[in-house]
Order: sequence, then C-alpha cells, then structure tokens
Amino acid sequence: MAESIKILTGNFDVPGIEQLDVYRKNGGYAGLEKALKQMSPDEIVEEVKKSGVRGRGGAGFPMGMKWGFLAKPEGVPRYLVCNGDESEPGTFKDHYLMMKSPHLLIEGMIISSFALGANTSFIYVRGELMYVINILEKAIAEAKAAGLLGKNILGTGYDLELVVQPGGGAYICGEETALLESLEGKRGNPRNKPPFPAVKGLYQCPTVVNNVESISTTPWIVLNGGEEYAKVGIGRSTGTKLISASGHVKNPGVYEIELGLPVEEFIYSDQYLGGIRDGHGLKAVVAGGSSVPILPKDLILKTAAGEPRLMSYESLSDGGFASGTMLGSGGFIAMDETTCIVRNTWNFSRFYRHESCGQCSPCREGTGWMEKVLYRIEHGKGNERDIDLLVDVAKKIEGNTICPLGDAAAWPVASAIRHFRDEFEWHVKNPEAATKKGAVYQPELSLA
Amino acid sequence: MEENKFKVTIDGIETEVAPGTTILQAARQIGPEVAPPAMCYYKPLEKSGGKCRACLVKVAQGSAKDTRAMPKLMASCITQVQDGMVVENYTNEEVVETRKGIVEFLLLNHPLDCPVCDQAGECSLQDFAFKHGTEAQRFEEERRTYEREDIGDKIQLHMNRCILCYRCVHTADQITDGRCHGVMYRGDHAEISTYISKAVDNDFSGNMIDVCPVGALTDKTFRFKNRVWFSKPVDAHRDCDKCSGKVHLWYKGDEVIRVTGRKNQWGEVDEFICNTCRFDKKETADWVIEGPAKMQRHSVLSANKYRKDAIKPEYALKHAAQNYKQIDDSRPYNKSLEEVKESEDYKALMDKNKEFKLLNK
Repeated sequence: MAESIKILTGNFDVPGIEQLDVYRKNGGYAGLEKALKQMSPDEIVEEVKKSGVRGRGGAGFPMGMKWGFLAKPEGVPRYLVCNGDESEPGTFKDHYLMMKSPHLLIEGMIISSFALGANTSFIYVRGELMYVINILEKAIAEAKAAGLLGKNILGTGYDLELVVQPGGGAYICGEETALLESLEGKRGNPRNKPPFPAVKGLYQCPTVVNNVESISTTPWIVLNGGEEYAKVGIGRSTGTKLISASGHVKNPGVYEIELGLPVEEFIYSDQYLGGIRDGHGLKAVVAGGSSVPILPKDLILKTAAGEPRLMSYESLSDGGFASGTMLGSGGFIAMDETTCIVRNTWNFSRFYRHESCGQCSPCREGTGWMEKVLYRIEHGKGNERDIDLLVDVAKKIEGNTICPLGDAAAWPVASAIRHFRDEFEWHVKNPEAATKKGAVYQPELSLA
Repeated sequence: MEENKFKVTIDGIETEVAPGTTILQAARQIGPEVAPPAMCYYKPLEKSGGKCRACLVKVAQGSAKDTRAMPKLMASCITQVQDGMVVENYTNEEVVETRKGIVEFLLLNHPLDCPVCDQAGECSLQDFAFKHGTEAQRFEEERRTYEREDIGDKIQLHMNRCILCYRCVHTADQITDGRCHGVMYRGDHAEISTYISKAVDNDFSGNMIDVCPVGALTDKTFRFKNRVWFSKPVDAHRDCDKCSGKVHLWYKGDEVIRVTGRKNQWGEVDEFICNTCRFDKKETADWVIEGPAKMQRHSVLSANKYRKDAIKPEYALKHAAQNYKQIDDSRPYNKSLEEVKESEDYKALMDKNKEFKLLNK
C-alpha cells in the first residue's frame, strides 16, 4: 500500500519540532498567516464546513456545523475551549499530539479562535499530564514572544489570549458542560441541556468546545482547502484520524490513518499494528475507547452482512449495537485469547463507577450496582440471575442520564454480555475454575 | 407579555400554557393525575431539577412544526414545551418501565428504615416508590453507610437516607449566605456535607429540613417525638420581622411539637420561614391560629382527620370529555343479529371457520 497521507503527524519525527523555529521551518504557522491575512472568519468556517471534519473527541459531530450553531449576540464575548481532558481508557492520541507538536495545536487554536471571533481561548488539559502542560506553556510563551499570540497578532489587529488550564483529574470533565463548570472553578457536574454551550457556555457566554485533534486539523484545512480535506477518507468520514492502539498487538502506539482503512489491514499489516503477539490469536476488539461496545473477532473484521469492516464512523457502527460498535475517540484495544472478558468488563465498570459524578440517580447508583455484580461474578460468587440483571440495569441507565457517561458505562457491559454470554455463564457455573489465577474460558470449538 | 399560548397534549389531555413553561408545570396545571413525580425539582429553588430522572416522559411529538418524537426520554422538569407538543407520561409503557428502574436506583442504597424514620408519612420517596415502584428489590449487595452528622445544633444529617437531590445544596446556596454546604466526592460515594463539618449558621438554615424529600435532614427538636400522622397540623401565623411567619403548627394534644413551612399541593414550601419561627416559638400563645391545615386526601397525614369531598370534578369532567369521543359505536353488538349476519366481517369469519374445520377433519 502507498504511503498514506499525514495531515497531523507529518512533522512529528522532525527533531525539535516542539520548538517554534523548527516548527516554522517545517511549514508551521503558514496556515495562520493565510487565515489571518487573506481570509475572513466566515470563509474559514465555510472551509471547515466543506471539509466535513467530524469531532474527534468521540461523538463524531461535524465540526463546521457545531461552529455554525454558535450564537453571536452583540457585546457578549465568545469563547473557544479546547478539550484536552483525554481520560478514556485506551485513548492517548491527544496526549501524544500535544507532547510532540504543541505548536500545531496552538496554531489551530489561533485559527479557530479567529474564525469564531474569540479573544480568549482555553486549553483544558487533563491534570495528570503536568509535563504536557509545561510543554504547552513553554510553546505559548515562545509564540507570544514571536508575536503570534497576544495583542495585534502578525500585525492584523487581532488579539488572542491563550490560557492552559490543568484539570483536576476527573474523567467526567471531558464532557463539555462539565468541563465548562470545572473551568469556571466549580464542581465538574455536567449541566442540563438545553441550553447548549453554543448559546450559554463558559460564564454563560456562547462557547465552542472542540477536541485537540479536531482543532489541530484546521491549519491544514486552511492551507489546502476544505474540499481537498474532504477528498481524504471515505464517504462522510473525511480526513485522517489518530488511532491510539494498545493491547496484545506487536506495535502498539499512535497511528494516523486515513479513514476507510480496513480493520483487518490495520491490525495485521506491518505498517500498522503488525498483528497479534506471537503464538496468540485475536479474540476481541474495543474499537474506540473503553466506552464503545466490545466486538468479537469475526464481527470486528467483517460486518454482519459479510463486508469487510473499515475504520470509519459509518462502517464501524454498521449493524447498530447488535453487531456494530463506534469509532469513538479512536482508542483501539485489541485482546488476544488470554483475555478474560468478564474481568475486563469488571475493570471497565470499576472505572465508570469511580468516575461517575454522582449527580443523576441512574448513573450514580447504576454504575455502582453493575460494578458490584460484576465483582461477584468475576470472584466466583455470581448466580445466573445476575447476567440478566446486568443487561436490565444497563438498559435502564442507557439514555436516561444527564450526560453520556451513563451510556458509556452501560454499553461495555451490555455488549460484553451480548457477544460473550457463554463466558459469563461459565464464570457463574464454574466458580472454582473461573477464579483460578489466569483462568480464561476456552470454548471447545476454538481449540481445534 | 405575549398573548400567544402553546397547545400541549399530555396523556391525551389538551391544555394551553404560556411559552417557556416546562412540561412538568404544564402537567401540574392539568392536575395531579397526569403530573410526573418529582424528587429533585423544587419550583422555588433556581437550577433545581434534572437530577433524579423520576420525571422522565416521552415526547411523542416535538412540536406542531417538527412532528418527530424525541429519541430519548426527556426530563419534564427542565424541558420547555413547544407549540403542538404531545407528551406521554403514564400512558407510555417505556416511561412506566423506566420509572420503575428509577425507584429501584433510588432505593438501592436507601436503608428502608421507615419504621424509625421521622420523615415517614410525609416522605416523597415513600410516595414515589409506592406509586411507581415494584414490590421486590433485586439488590443483594452491601449498602453504603455513613455516620450521622450534626449540621448546627438544630439539624441532623442522616446521609444513609439521602438521595442526592441537591435541594438542600440549592437552598443553602440561594437563601443562606456563605457557601459551606455542598456535595463532596463523586459517584456512589458522593455525600452531602458542610465544609469541613461546619455548622450552617444562618437564620434560614432550617428550610433545608423542609425541602429534603427524604429523612436525611431532620429537625433535632422534633426527632422521635411523634409519628407525623398522629400529630395534627393547623395553619397559623405570627408577626415576624425576618420572614412571612406563615407556618403549619403540628400539635400532639395541646402541645406544639413542630413548626414547618406551609407546603403546597406539590409538597413545596412557597414561603420560607426563619429559624426563630421554626425552632423557638413552640407555644400556642406565640401564634394566631387560622384553622386546620388542608392536607391532601391521599396522604396518610389526613387519615382520621379532615376530609374534603373525594372527587375532583374539573378533572373528572375533562377526562370524560376527552375519552367519551373515543368510544367506537360501530361495533357489531350494536346491530341486530340479521345485520351482523349480512356483514362482511361475519362472512369472513365463517369462511375461516370452515377452513379450520376442513383442516381438522
């Protein structure tokens, strides 16, 4: 296969790319100059709309459309907030991007803020990543010294202050309204919607919240045009996507792929993951970070209709939740046959129990309940009722909560039982065998 | 003020409300029979609502312009009505089923110590669970427990019973000053507390007891004195320089054992009272008695006491008017036997019958 296009990571291997002069020598801030000197804010928004780039934080909402929703009342400031609170288990792409090339994000932030008419913008970074915050702040200081930030940027009369805000270390603050609450200095509880942030966001002013990766695409879109961007990718999944691959693969790491790459090629080609570790075979894949439904091997490689599954928003969600999953935030976790799905599900639900904000009752009580039941099943104290109970509890959480954390907690459990029910039943029926260290259910058929 | 009103249909009953009204308020205007339950929403408190999810309803038609149904169940206490909206509450299977789940979730870590709880009898959770819940509980795990905590010398916090509705947090935030009462930790370890175990020292702190839907915040001057349904509420008022002075006095014999704010039909106190009225004025001589308090017919508080007539005529008439039209008069039993035998339906039925007989020969 030909070398695929690199929109974001093209310069990542250049030594010293985190420094301003190296970044500029490699074509950095050219997009910014073009945007500020040759384009109007509306033209930039139009280009982003044309590009069809979709939110890379997980929901996949078209970014141009989100920008279009921004209310523009007179005399009220508007804000752009970059969501770098990446805490989803299995996702580490933004972390890598900010660490490797902070100026790419800063350039994107300036362009996006200019397009939206914001004069103060925030980058909310997960609190655990203090060293990344240091890198970003250093880069911002460099940019400021070079006249790329602050008052009168590049002599165009546009002012922008960029603030990096460390989070307090809560997964829930990755939800946009909780992030805004946290940014305002309050407890990170998601807000009731409507009003949406585009109307009343940060400090009750119109606000756009975008993911790090989404914002980082804007310099390229401005330089090359939205139509050019839309040519990359497949169908409505345009452009490239950073995939953070982890698990039992030979080459884990962050990959920039063109959307539409077959999953099979992504896993087995040497250019990407290089296959499953020696002597083992693929069992299941969580394709987009821990909150998307888990899929067994045969369903992740091929859709229920028998077509090869591609890395794109549409193809991965083909078949709905019965036989599909979601691209999510691109946290690709591959598991080989030594993985106990029950233990894995318990682990995920422990995470969600810990991270639920405790505001609305289905999520607060439901995540704790599911975790306790899964703990019992995993530790040999489950009974057969428990499996149906889990399905029912997951169903009652899903869709009934304020924010999507409830859904994110319910989907992994529901899908694990949907696709690996025999494994749960084995745990319940053979508590002694199942609680042995490293014991994993092996269906007779797969032994052949 | 705009003259135009929005037309909303809730459970088949049409009403007109002002723009900006929430679904819950529109339903309450029709009557308690269609009003969704609310555990966290409290009208006098700003920003309350949306948390307990007890009031979820199905919006079967978004508005007259956009006739699509909303994909998810909506929290009726914070969703504003649109013109031509059709809402299904008790008539929707999904809503009823979800509400059962909400009862279960709320009772998950609730100790169910109603026999020793002072709130029993006027507890929103009791009413909610009784009306919407299932008989059995499926939770086999250990419940989370906390130590009891005193918030000041008059209020006790019993965190085990708390359902984290945030009403007291909003109360402390909005009608007392100094932000020291809030929620700590997150998820199912979240707890109401003061920072750090401080007393909420304010003249209006006692209202946290009134707004609490369960027995988590109780009046220490009343604890274990009497079951509420054995005490007799009367309306009373006094001249107070801090508050409206309009209260319920709760009598046990000739003794005033408790003073609370006046609750309306929906269990909400419209006029908050001060701590002096609530805790210090417990003599009949302090008050001007207005007469027996009006209690809801369904409440256990009204047992063996005062009784208004049992029917609500407006609602009954409205309901009858809405449903009478739907009766289909064209059914065969209204026709004579000859007419029925002539009808197509009858013939088709007979043909089927013949086929069936032939098949089974």
